[in-house]
Amino acid sequence: MSMFFTMAPYAVAYTIPILITALGGMFAERSGIINIALDGIMIIGALTGVLSVTLLADACGSAAAAAAGILLAVLMGMLFSLLLAFASVHLNADQTICGTALNLMAAALSVYLSRQIVGVSIIIVNSLPRFDIPLLSSIPIIGQVLFQKSYVTTWLVLALTVLSWYVMERTPFGLRLRACGEYPEAAEAAGIHVAGIRYTGVLISGAFAGLGGAVYALTVAGQSTGNVNGLGFVALAGLIFGQWRTFRVLVSTLFFGFALTVAQISTLWPSLSAIPPLFLKIFPYAITLLVLVFSSKSSRAPRAEGKYFAYKK
Amino acid sequence: MRKKLNAAKCRPLLVSVLAILFGFVAGSLLLLASGADPLECYLYLFQGGVSTTTRIFNTLANAIPLIFTGLSITFAYKTGLFNIGATGQMMIAGLASVVTALSLNAPRAVLLPAVVLAGLLAGALWGGFQGFLRSRFNVNEVVSGIMMNWIAHWTVYYIVSDFFRSATMVTESRTIPDAASLRAAWLCGLTGSSSFNYGFFLALAAVAAVHFILRYTVTGYHMKAVGFSPEAAEYGGIHIKKNTIQAMAIAGALAGLAGVSYYCGYSASIRIGVQPSQGFDGIAVALLGNLSPAGVVFAAVFFAVLQTGKGYMNAMVHVAPEIADTILAIIIYFAAISKLVDLYFNRIAVWLRSRKRRTNAGKGAGQE
Repeated sequence: MSMFFTMAPYAVAYTIPILITALGGMFAERSGIINIALDGIMIIGALTGVLSVTLLADACGSAAAAAAGILLAVLMGMLFSLLLAFASVHLNADQTICGTALNLMAAALSVYLSRQIVGVSIIIVNSLPRFDIPLLSSIPIIGQVLFQKSYVTTWLVLALTVLSWYVMERTPFGLRLRACGEYPEAAEAAGIHVAGIRYTGVLISGAFAGLGGAVYALTVAGQSTGNVNGLGFVALAGLIFGQWRTFRVLVSTLFFGFALTVAQISTLWPSLSAIPPLFLKIFPYAITLLVLVFSSKSSRAPRAEGKYFAYKK
Repeated sequence: MRKKLNAAKCRPLLVSVLAILFGFVAGSLLLLASGADPLECYLYLFQGGVSTTTRIFNTLANAIPLIFTGLSITFAYKTGLFNIGATGQMMIAGLASVVTALSLNAPRAVLLPAVVLAGLLAGALWGGFQGFLRSRFNVNEVVSGIMMNWIAHWTVYYIVSDFFRSATMVTESRTIPDAASLRAAWLCGLTGSSSFNYGFFLALAAVAAVHFILRYTVTGYHMKAVGFSPEAAEYGGIHIKKNTIQAMAIAGALAGLAGVSYYCGYSASIRIGVQPSQGFDGIAVALLGNLSPAGVVFAAVFFAVLQTGKGYMNAMVHVAPEIADTILAIIIYFAAISKLVDLYFNRIAVWLRSRKRRTNAGKGAGQE
């Protein structure tokens, strides 16, 4: 049990970027666009965040630089996702292929840019500071898991999670977005601008995944390397496992966060070192597959997901 | 009528050429932004790929795994599947073939086929498993492919570092014996000591085989039917599940051969902790080759020119070699949005036709 408590803050920190990226994916997919480029957008976000911190820290202090980095990462994520939105909403492009192209582009571009701008392919930065929240952190159990050694970004993302649920399930916009993902013909007949909604869905996914990338780079990773260890795909799996519903996604990404943390820091625990490292390393991926095996049959995927909708001008 | 047919045939070529053009234009903008001269960079990029005999054959050697992965992705795509797991299939096949090469003590006539076969089977199993997950449990093959890539990554990592690690290099396996390599002394001598190897002929054979299967066999017909419309295929009595597994197994086998040609031909050992880029590049190759086996060959050679030349360019003008990868990715993006070409192509065609009609009508009026 003590192992669990030592691990919890790390696992929560690891979950946060996956969670926000998966929620972004939720907005795109429930509007009807498969966003497989989440990983690439995260890479762009990570690079933007790290670059801003590196370049701006001297000029305006590390806290302001980090805030600017996160904001810029959101903007860059949106800009990058525009490529996907344009291709899949207007041009009937194969969304999977297009997303893959964007993933490749992000990986190559981020290494290229960091080598041209900073001179190295791996940029290391200081992580954001962790802090204990007064009072709340002294609550037994919950305090230890949630309120000790937390990042400010963790709270930002959790707030966005609640907001996402509210927007998706309780606002007219959310209803319209869901309609576009389920039955765009009906949505259009009801006077909804399907193309506009889908653009918005993809842009939200870009903003969230960009944020996710920056959070990952500035908290758990502390660097930008031209990849995010496939976390964008883990987020995608979390989205499927979470059945495209906000709070289920929260639970499923938390699960992945824990699994990945076990694999990452297993060597620190003597009780885990008896297990061959191979099994610990493949554990998160194998468990994802297993989970998908059980959850894919009764999938509640948006019905019109990935399907092109011919708009009338 | 005849003209129309030709236009339809030329379209894929036009799309690919335009995608390449756009890729280079976008690359130039990037290069200009970082203060380099695009023309000079591109010159060195191509010189690095084709300026000497050795370079030409090194380019062809680089093209071998790309032809295989391109074929693998093409084949799966024809059945409506997206094989993003080619990377993992390559790695597992590489592991199987390197392990065979290191543990089997046999003459070349036995060893080499065994090495190739081991890789082929390993790839087929790895890919076939993804097909099985898709058909039996409806697991999206894209997500399962990515997960299987990471599982392959760590499996190779620990098996190599625990059992087959080289004595001098921590991150590499022991070198395979010459008898197990696809390289041959006479090929090496003939091609200016390049890394050109038997894999190239194997790849051409695979191209012919895939073309034959897809074009002339019942199996190929069934697979394409499933790709076109699963519902219609099922209604027509085609077994979708069987075809899905079969297609992924064949795609896996092809990616497996990419692994064999890469680890036991181009190189002679496995480096751990690195995933081969050919798996994802194969997607680009397949797309640029218009998802046809012959197109894949040309696209793979084109990609290989850039891949071979980028190191040379980096040495000559000090521009990060990743610019080549960026250009390639932009090319795929433009190939993916080929609808754009159609749109403007059609508009221009309509405009031309209407102009012709108008001038014709004008002429007619003048004559009367």
